[in-house]
Parts: sequence; structure tokens; C-alpha cells
Amino acid sequence: MAQTAAAGHADHGHDHHEDHEGLKVLGFWIFLVTDCILFGTLFATYMVLRTHYDGGPTGAELFEMPGVIAETFILLTSSFTSGLATLAMHQGKVKSLINWLIVTAVLGAAFIGLEVNEFINLAHEGATISRSAFLSAFFTLVGTHGLHVSIGLGWMVGLMFQLKRRGITAVTKRKVTTVSLYWHFLDVIWIFLLTVVYLMGVM
Amino acid sequence: MLDKIKDFASTFFVTGDPLIYGADVSIALTMIAILFVLTYYKKWGWLWKEWLTTVDHKKIGIMYLISSLLMLFRGGVDALLMRAQLALPNVEFLNAEHYNAVFTTHGTIMILFMAMPMMFALFNMVVPLQLGARDVAYPFLNALSFWLFFMGAMLFNLSFVIGGSPDAGWLSYPPLSEMSSSPGVGQNFYIWGIQISGIGSLATGINFMVTILKMRAPGMKMMKMPLFSWSVLSSCVMIIFAFPILTVTLALLFLDRFLGAHFFTLDGGGNPMMYVNLIWMWGHPEVYIVVIPAFGIFSEIVSVFSKKKVFGYKSMVFSMMLISVLSFFTWVHHFFTMGAGADVNAFFAISTMAIGIPTGVKVFNWLFTMFRGRIQMKQPMLWTLAFIPCFVVGGATGVMLAVAPADYQYHNSYFLIAHFHQVLIGGVVFGYLAGIYYWWPKLFGFKLDERLGKWAFWLWNIGFYLCFMPQYALGFMGMTRRVYTYGWDMGWAPYNIVSTVGAFMMGIGFIFQVWQISYSIKKGDRDLTGDTWGGRTLEWSIPSPPPVYNFAVVPEVKEQDAWWDMKEKGLDKIRPDHYEPIHMPKNSSIPFIMSVFWFVAGFGFVFGWMWMAVPGMIGVFGCLIARSFSYDTDYYIPAEEVRETELALRGNV
Ligand code: HEM
Ligand SMILES: [Cu+2]
Repeated sequence: MAQTAAAGHADHGHDHHEDHEGLKVLGFWIFLVTDCILFGTLFATYMVLRTHYDGGPTGAELFEMPGVIAETFILLTSSFTSGLATLAMHQGKVKSLINWLIVTAVLGAAFIGLEVNEFINLAHEGATISRSAFLSAFFTLVGTHGLHVSIGLGWMVGLMFQLKRRGITAVTKRKVTTVSLYWHFLDVIWIFLLTVVYLMGVM
Repeated sequence: MLDKIKDFASTFFVTGDPLIYGADVSIALTMIAILFVLTYYKKWGWLWKEWLTTVDHKKIGIMYLISSLLMLFRGGVDALLMRAQLALPNVEFLNAEHYNAVFTTHGTIMILFMAMPMMFALFNMVVPLQLGARDVAYPFLNALSFWLFFMGAMLFNLSFVIGGSPDAGWLSYPPLSEMSSSPGVGQNFYIWGIQISGIGSLATGINFMVTILKMRAPGMKMMKMPLFSWSVLSSCVMIIFAFPILTVTLALLFLDRFLGAHFFTLDGGGNPMMYVNLIWMWGHPEVYIVVIPAFGIFSEIVSVFSKKKVFGYKSMVFSMMLISVLSFFTWVHHFFTMGAGADVNAFFAISTMAIGIPTGVKVFNWLFTMFRGRIQMKQPMLWTLAFIPCFVVGGATGVMLAVAPADYQYHNSYFLIAHFHQVLIGGVVFGYLAGIYYWWPKLFGFKLDERLGKWAFWLWNIGFYLCFMPQYALGFMGMTRRVYTYGWDMGWAPYNIVSTVGAFMMGIGFIFQVWQISYSIKKGDRDLTGDTWGGRTLEWSIPSPPPVYNFAVVPEVKEQDAWWDMKEKGLDKIRPDHYEPIHMPKNSSIPFIMSVFWFVAGFGFVFGWMWMAVPGMIGVFGCLIARSFSYDTDYYIPAEEVRETELALRGNV
């Protein structure tokens, strides 16, 4: 009797963990829905204000496309490498999982570096957030995306330590899954940004 | 040096008003009293272990309940101050500025810090129990949501004595809320108080949505789920779609004020009308977010106290879901007069009136449920019955307001004030009170006294009609909202004095309820059966108050009213002969500590003190990392312990 109870217990615990992790992934999907609405609101604001230059510089005057194209390539590549990381995880290869995460994070950091650089250049030209409604909307929309990427970076770095220490478990697996979901999501948002802000801006 | 400190203190603390000195003194005294009691009775450890770090949804529910009742008191005092000021013409009890601050804090507190947490109290107290679940989907997140709400509310309330209250109305329209018109910190308190608690609300929305979708007891198909849980689901759907809009709107307003951005300013190309659109895209669903759970409560109560299955279950579910979708297509009815054009106005007028249809369906379903039922006039049922006429009248005046051309007449008049209080008090407050009376015995193990409750009931109800019916008339007589005084020549005095008398009656009703609670703690009927009212849903199948793990054995659901069904089949008497260990989450101090850091950061942002805001934010991220690195988050309650607890709670039956 004692034995069956103990065995039942162990099984039970295992089940529970699996369910819990599945539950968290579902919650994360819903979180992404809310994040979509957040970005949607920012996009709508930008659309309303995108021609409100108030005598200040316009998008066509400000945007430097080569930098933006580089950012796009870097981010798309990082999405690809984060996919490779998940692949490695499913094959149970911790080392290569961590390495791909490192590559992803480095690419993400390069993206942020370029963006910060762009913002500094703009500010030097007098195009700051307080110059016009157009620029307020621009900095807020693009900046919010950048902030998301930065948070993703911090999260990924934290995760690498956990993977090193614990290897691939139900919990770390779920964490890798969610972080890469998040990363792909940011990639999609960027495509919209590229189109609505930059391409439509220079056209 | 001393001069500098004096200088600082005189801008930091609000001075020059006897009301505020009174508040200072009473806050200080209350604080000292609390500290003294906790220390004297050596309760610090208990407070920390049992409450501040708890992840038990039932305790979190109780904390929400206590905080929301305190906020009802604060918002109510604001209301009485305003009604005292308006009772007679030419009164100078509050000056114009002070009146502005009072109606702003009243509206904000009532909706965001009273109605929302009271709703979350009911979610937490009831939903997992109704679903036959042992917990919510994310207990840690649940605790975090509560503490974020709590710290946000405290930050907002602090503005009364430190820095000055916001005074641009409960929705803070620009340009009034911009630096140009509100240079003080009051508006920043508004932004950060709501922002911090809003993040918590959003998380609660996600949490309960997943709980309802994934944690139901085996056999409980969606279409067998209790109607209160359905109403929570539909409210959560709206939270998930509406609250991110609020987050963004407040953030943009803050950027305008803090970094000199131009989203909503009159200069620099900004567009104040965009704020109005955004805030109502959240604001309109928000009023449905708080009222839909009340519909769920009524559905439960009507069926239990008529001893009948609810009439039209499917149409109830469908109408709630329809309301939650439609609520996103009506926001422009709040500014028909702002020149959107006839076609736009027509669209929103029609969509607004369309909501009346599913709402009407629900009202008829409740009536049909009562028809030929054996109705028991217990307190929850009383409040439900009071709700129906009140909500019908409120709904009818709402449809009147939705007639766009007519709205030019009563836009921003007292007619509007009467209408929305009728739906907010008659719908939301009466509804939640009904729910609290109904589920109180479940959570606390005793009933609230009927006699004192009847006094409170009649005071609230008579007071309500006295207070708000004259205001419809005042609206037609041309009294607009947000006026702080008026002359004898207007002829408004008789109506206003009646209205004020009614308001004070409701205040006395509230005092009766406080008395009722404190009296019943000692003398209320103890509930030993766990099934006080002869309930129909699963929460009544377990002891009151429930043990930490709720259900010793997860129930199997066969029918819609699962517990009723079990009772009919005689399955309710069967006790399991064998228990299993139960998996539970461990308490955690992180939600509390993280919210304190949010409070610190928020306070820093309010005053523009980066030396305070930055460490606060670092603390917040530190807590996130600490959580991510903690793996030891759950434990098992051994089967033997479960068995002993059950024996102790249920006796040897
Ligand atoms: C308990 C009795 C209550 C009384 C006597 C009362 C009274 C008042 C008064 C006198 C005003 C100001 C009208 C004006 O001059 O514009 C007001 C505004 C308001 N009340 Fe109440 N109220 C009560 C309860 C509530 C409740 C329960 C809610 C919400 C759940 C609520 C929400 C509001 C809002 C949103 C405003 C508008 C504030 C603004 O203009 O910015 N009130 N109330
Ligand atoms: Cu509305």
C-alpha cells in the first residue's frame, strides 16, 4: 500500500510539472495578444500623427535607409538563430542550445546598438521627442520595440545561466520556448515598423 | 538649511486646508495604532507569513475585499463632501479647486480602486471553488497582481496629503491634464497610481482566463460551467483587449508631461482628441468589465434562492459574450457633441442601443427563473431584487443618452450623472454586495446578520432613489456636471437638498454594514455544513471556510449544477476512503517586495526624482530575476495530513 502510494506520488508530481509548464505557455500566448494590442495602439497613434511635423524635419529627411536595412537583416537572422536554438533543445543538445542563444543575443545586442546610434544621430540633428508630434510618435513606437528587445536580451542571458546549471528540463524547456516565441513576435512587429515607419516614411 | 527644508516641506506636503490637516492627523493616528497593535500582540510574523507572502487565492480575495471596502469609504467620503457642497446655493464649504480635486479622486477611486478590486475579490474568492480547482493558473502572478493594485492605490491616495490631488476629472482629458494646465504633481500621481495597478489588472485578466479555460474539474464542459464563471471569463476577455490601451494612453500622457512630447498637446502638432478616443476605447469596455460579473452573480443567486435551475442558460452565456464584443464598438457615444459627423454618430448610436438587447434577454431570464420558484428573501436575494428595477431604469436612460441628436441637450448634465450612478450603483455596487453576502459564509464560515443587513438594505435603496432621481430633473433644468456652486435664481435648490439627504442615507447604510460585519464576527450564525443556502455549484460541496487545497479529492462533474446533481443522487454523503498527496505552490515574498519597488519607482517618477525612480526600477528587475532563478516553488501536502484536515473539518460523517 505504502509503495503504491509513493509510486503514485512520483507519477503525479511529474504530470503536474508537465501540465504546469503547458499552462504557462498558454498564458504567454495570451500575454502576446495583449502586447499586440499595445503595439496596435502605438501604431494607430503613429498613423494619426505621422504627418504632424509642426515645421520640423520629416521622415523622408531623417531616415537613413542603409542603417535600417542592416537592423532588419540582423534581427531576421537572430530570429532564425533562435529557431536553431529551439531545434537544438528538441534534440537534447544543451551546448549547442546555449551557443545558438549566445549568437541570438549578440545579434540582438548589435540591433540595439544600431538603434541607439540612430537615435543619437537624430537627436544631434535636433530631431528629439519634443520637437513635433510626428517625432514623439516615432520615438515612442520604435523605442518601445527597442525596449522589448532589450528586455528579451536580459531574459535570454539569465536563461543561459539556468541552462548551464540545470540542463534541459521541463521548466527550462518551457522558458526557452517562451523566450523564442517572444523573439519571433518582436521580429514580426519589426516588419510592421519597417513598413509603416521607414518605408512609408521615405516614400 | 532650515529654511530650505521648510520651503521643501511646504510644497511637498499639502498645507492650508483644515480638511487636509484632519486627514494628516487621522492617517498618522491610524498608522501608529496599527503599528502598536501589531507589536503589542506580536503579530508581525503572522502578518508576514499568513498574509503578505501568501499565494492562496482565498486569502488574496479577502485582502482585495478589505482594501476595496476601505476605498469605498474614501470614495464615499468624497461623494458626501460634494453633496454637502451642492446641498444649497452659494455654499463655500469647498472652493472651486478643491471641488475639482474631490470629483476627480471620487470618480477614479470608485471605478479603479473600489469596483475593480471588489470584482477581483469575488473572482478570487469564488472562481477556483466553482470550477472544482485547487488554485488559479498562476498563484504567484495572482499575488503580484494584488500587491500591484494595492501599491498603485496607495500611491494615488497619497496625493491627498503629499503633493496635491489630481483635479482634471477621472479620465484626465488633455489639455487640462497637460503640463500647461496642471503643472503640479497631482496628475503624475494619477498616471502612476493607475498605471501600476493597471498592470496588475491585466495580469489578473490573463490569469483567470487561463484558469477558466484550463483548470475546470474533469467533466465540466464549458457549457456546464456556472454562470458566474462565465461572466468572469467574458470580463477577462474585455480586460485583455482593453487594458493595454489604457497602459499606452497613460504612458503617452506621461511622456507629454515628463519629456515634453506632443501627443496630446495643443502645440507641436499634438491632438487632444486622440486622447479622448483612446481613453474611451478603454473606458467604455471598462464599465462593462465591472458590470458583467454582477450579471453572473445575479444568475447564481436567482437560481439558488428560487430553488430552480436558471432559465435560458445558453442565452445567458451568449448574451454575455455578445456584450463583451459589442462594448468595443460604442466608445464614441461619450463625445457625440464633439463634431465627429452624423454618420459616425449614427453608427455609434445604433451600436450602443444594440447592447440593450442582450441585456434585456438577461433580465427576462432572471424573471423567468423566479417565476413559480420558491423564492427565499435572504440578503443576497434582496439586493438582486433591488437591482432589477434600478438597472432597467438606468438602462432606459442610457438609451435616451444614446440618441445622438438628443444628447446635445443633456451631454455633461446632471442627467448623465444620474444615469451612470444608476447603473454603477444599482448594477455594480448592488451586484457585488449581493455577491459578498452570498459567498461570505463560504469564505469566513459565518453568516452576516440579517436584521442589520435589512437596515442597511433599506437605507441604501431609499437613499439611492432620493439621491439620484432628482438629478434627472436637475439635468433637464440645465444643471451641468462639475459645477461647484450655483445661485438661488436657478431654482435647483429643492432638488439638490433632497439629493444630498439621499446621499447621506446611503452613507448611513454603509455604517450599518460595517456594524453588521463587526457584530457578525462575534455573533453571526456559524456555518457548519458548508452549504448554507442549499447551493447548486461546487463551492458549496466543501467545508466553510475551505482548507488551503480546496478539494481533498477533485470532483467529477456530470451536470450543469454539479453539486445539486450530486445531492439529488445522494453522492454528497460519500466520503473518500483514500487521499492522495496534494501539490501546492509555496508562499513567496517576491510579489510584495517587487510591488514595494514599484511604489518607490512610481513615487520617484511622480516627483521627477531619478535618484529614486532608477533604483526602484532596478529593484523591480532584480525581483524578476530572483523569481526566474528560483526553482523551489512548490511542495506536497502529505496524504495523511489531508486526511486529518478533512476529518477535523467535516467531523466523522
Ligand atoms: C455612494 C453614493 C455616491 C454618491 C452620492 C456620488 C456622488 C457623486 C457626485 C456628487 C459626483 C460629482 C458630480 C459633478 O459635480 O460632476 C460624482 C461623480 C462621479 N461618480 Fe459618484 N457618487 C456615488 C457613488 C459612485 C460609485 C459607486 C461610482 C463608481 C463605481 C461613482 C463614479 C463616479 C464617477 C466616475 C464620477 C465622475 C467624476 C468626474 O466627473 O470626473 N460614484 N459622484
Ligand atoms: Cu460608454
